[in-house]
Amino acid sequence: MYCRIAIFRIVALCLFFSSPLVRADVNTGIAELDTIFTDFYEGKGSVRTEALDTLAAMPREDTRELLQGILDGDLMFHRPSDTIVWAVKDGREFTMTSLDRSADLGRDGSRKVKRLKLNNSVRAYIRQLIAGLGLYSSNATERLAAIEALIDTPAAIEQATLDELLSAEQDQTVLHALQSLLTRKQLSSDDPTIRVTAVKALRTDLSSESRAAITRVALDDEDTDVRDAATSVQQYHEQQVKIYGRAETVFFGLSLGSVLVLAAIGLAISFGVMGVINMAHGELIMLGAYCAWAMQQLMPQSIAAALVVSIPIAFIVTGLVGIIIERTVIRFLYGRPLETLLATFGISLILQQLVRTFVSPQNVPVANPEFMSGVLHINGVFSLTLNRLYILAFCLLVFAALVILLKYSRFGLEVRAVSQNRAMARAMGVRSARIDSLTFGLGAGVAGIAGVALSQLTNVGPNLGQAYIVDSFMVVVFGGVGNLWGTLISGMTLGIANKLMEPWAGAILAKILVLVFLIMFIQKRPRGLFPQRGRAVES
Amino acid sequence: MTLTSRFKLSLLAAASLGLTSVSLHAQEDTIKVGVLHSLSGTMAISETTLKDTMLMLIDQQNANGGLLGKQLEAVVVDPASDWPLFAEKARELIEQEGVAATFGAWTSVSRKSVLPVFEELNSLLFYPVQYEGEESSKNVFYTGAAPNQQAIPAVDYLTNEIGVERWVLAGTDYVYPRTTNKILEAYLQANGVASEDIMINYTPFGHADWQSIVSDIKSFGSEGKKTAVVSTVNGDANVPFYKELGNQGVSAEDIPVIAFSVGEEELSGFDTEPLVGHLAAWNYFMSVDAEANDEFIENWLEFIGDDARVTNDPMEAHYIGFNMWVKAVEKAGTTDPSAVQDAIIGVSVPNLTGGYSAMMPNHHITKPVLIGEIQDDGQFEVVWETPGLVAGDAWSDFLESSKDLISDWRAPLSCGNYNVSTGVCSGQTL
Repeated sequence: MYCRIAIFRIVALCLFFSSPLVRADVNTGIAELDTIFTDFYEGKGSVRTEALDTLAAMPREDTRELLQGILDGDLMFHRPSDTIVWAVKDGREFTMTSLDRSADLGRDGSRKVKRLKLNNSVRAYIRQLIAGLGLYSSNATERLAAIEALIDTPAAIEQATLDELLSAEQDQTVLHALQSLLTRKQLSSDDPTIRVTAVKALRTDLSSESRAAITRVALDDEDTDVRDAATSVQQYHEQQVKIYGRAETVFFGLSLGSVLVLAAIGLAISFGVMGVINMAHGELIMLGAYCAWAMQQLMPQSIAAALVVSIPIAFIVTGLVGIIIERTVIRFLYGRPLETLLATFGISLILQQLVRTFVSPQNVPVANPEFMSGVLHINGVFSLTLNRLYILAFCLLVFAALVILLKYSRFGLEVRAVSQNRAMARAMGVRSARIDSLTFGLGAGVAGIAGVALSQLTNVGPNLGQAYIVDSFMVVVFGGVGNLWGTLISGMTLGIANKLMEPWAGAILAKILVLVFLIMFIQKRPRGLFPQRGRAVES
Repeated sequence: MTLTSRFKLSLLAAASLGLTSVSLHAQEDTIKVGVLHSLSGTMAISETTLKDTMLMLIDQQNANGGLLGKQLEAVVVDPASDWPLFAEKARELIEQEGVAATFGAWTSVSRKSVLPVFEELNSLLFYPVQYEGEESSKNVFYTGAAPNQQAIPAVDYLTNEIGVERWVLAGTDYVYPRTTNKILEAYLQANGVASEDIMINYTPFGHADWQSIVSDIKSFGSEGKKTAVVSTVNGDANVPFYKELGNQGVSAEDIPVIAFSVGEEELSGFDTEPLVGHLAAWNYFMSVDAEANDEFIENWLEFIGDDARVTNDPMEAHYIGFNMWVKAVEKAGTTDPSAVQDAIIGVSVPNLTGGYSAMMPNHHITKPVLIGEIQDDGQFEVVWETPGLVAGDAWSDFLESSKDLISDWRAPLSCGNYNVSTGVCSGQTL
């Protein structure tokens, strides 16, 4: 039997290896490029990098463009004609143009047009080559990119070249980058005094490369003065890293807190103000996130605009859904919390399955607009991720808008009146049933807005809501039912507490510890951080 | 089927509000095939695709004349991502529907939940997902990867080709990542990696806030040695993880992440631009250049009616498993489970990567192992593959508790966990 299996394996091996057919040479339409692309397409390892070297060294105008095309995957291989082409995806087909962009080569299916194989090392190699070409570019951004690509390998650039560049440079940013490159190069200078100056110059540079370089010097340099200087800079760096590490933890905490507050604030209205336990709150968040997706599907050209537009749309859509839920189910169940809980739980399952059936059980893609990706660089060890920063600001904005609405508008006054004393409010002419559905609609609408924000952080799928429902209740109960400020403070506190514990306790234990702390706190103060006072509490 | 049992069945179906079987009108001259995948609940995201794959494969088989002169009939049930319900539904499929074989389950806990049912009623289950190993049942055929068909080659690739010296093992907190990481840790230490160069991190299901962990990984990786993340993070949690990596500027060239649970299907949920260059280890990628694969993709897109859909590794596992079962039934001339169990060992069918996969005596199959890099179109580019096929190993050689165990379901041994040093077949331990 083993022998039989061995035969299978041999047969399988043969088939496995014979499948990539031996191909003819690659055409490019430009004679001098044929061998380069043949080597790059069919070769392995060093053959490919050598081909790239040859390409980079060619005195052609489009060298840079070709390298970039390989890197970005715009240059592809058309299998039927063995030709390298510029390919642009169009549905399931590609439109192809010849390498010199002179001839239109028609269209072909996506299985006929192959990408040029790239892996991390080749990608990094091409980037380095492009950077090398960019040193003398007339464009300052390209020069800057070229210098930044060299910063880790200062030995790769000749001192003379560097001096020449320094004397010719006009742009301040680029000049600054050149100087730090020079500093890094001076770390391996032959003269100890130059090395000491270089070490001292790196004191303010907290980037991990600079720290690694300093650590190396502190350990290995043959000169004691240089070593001492490096050690003192190293200690300073470590201290700075520690301080900024704490700042980073606080930022992580605030940003987690802002997500919790956003998710919980709608619940703070429906649960806090109206006393309705709405288990479908998470699904309202999910619907909001799907609004963001739907708007992006409708406006595929302008992702950022779609996201902004989806905020009011999500508010209206989920608000209407909330009003429908209130009118058809919840209003018959006021004063019966257990039934409300079960009914809204049922609604949550229905909403989930509706999305699964009518949209897709798969997650849907929501793109991040350009302005939300990337980081705000403070220094080498501390940077704030932009999407988190925007969501933090957005959370505060939503919070402020709600506080103003409830405090200074007539609607807010009526909401507070109904929640404090329904009978009295009705006697004063407030239509309490209408206020009930509008309040619930407001809570639902805010949940929808939270969904738009969450669509930027996590995946949008039918299960999105479930992840946030428990956390939302936690925040509202901890903050004190019926108090928006309590929700803000408690969300931020829980976020920071979670992030402070996470590094030493791990993500799972941190969550458990927060929960245990919360249970103990509620034992002690059942009405949360900011309990409601007055007669309303008694009922 | 008697009148009473039919009455009972319809009563049951009515009682459970349509959540039970969607049996297509039962006929005496069909062979029933059970499809046990969640169509609702948290796992629906992954499992619905596999249900569709099975329906397509059964359709194709019927179009080609069925099996043993009969038509195949799919019996689809929905265990709703609820582990105990998996066992109930499996029992329903076998006892009430009388299916000849069942294709299904995704998570290990759902497999563990149905396993006693299949053993008690002596029916066959084909399990299509990569898993942690440490199991071999007479009634289960594991067509997904065992750890030695995915995790170990992936680590070898990173060590030998990328020169990784420091390892972050990040996973979701449940049995598959825990066991896989235990095996990997033992394997890395056996290869001379110091324990301070291994960082292990677990997160809850659906973890969405990766800020601190990514920041930890960043500082762990900034100490001069080449660092990689081996990710057994499951399902939904991957999207925010990769987004955070992108946002904090961790590129694949600095710290590559190799994932065992991220495939084409998971990537189709988001913009892969920031992930380009991160890795995944599977036995199949949609981008693989093979005729069988082109044909499979064509059929799939036509069947599902949506050009944007993708194919993935567990789909290939079902393709292989289903064809193996068909071949074994033809060989045995009957769908009787015991006869098929004997006939299927040694059966070899084409896989989608241009080779053949064979069923081994331990109920695992032979597969090539591919490492792919994520591209900006959500596909993978194969950057490395094992020179030959790798046979699935039920019991890991790197765990103290299982290194002496072997599995061989052929007579005379017929044992799933035979201890070669003590010579004892201790029976299936769960």
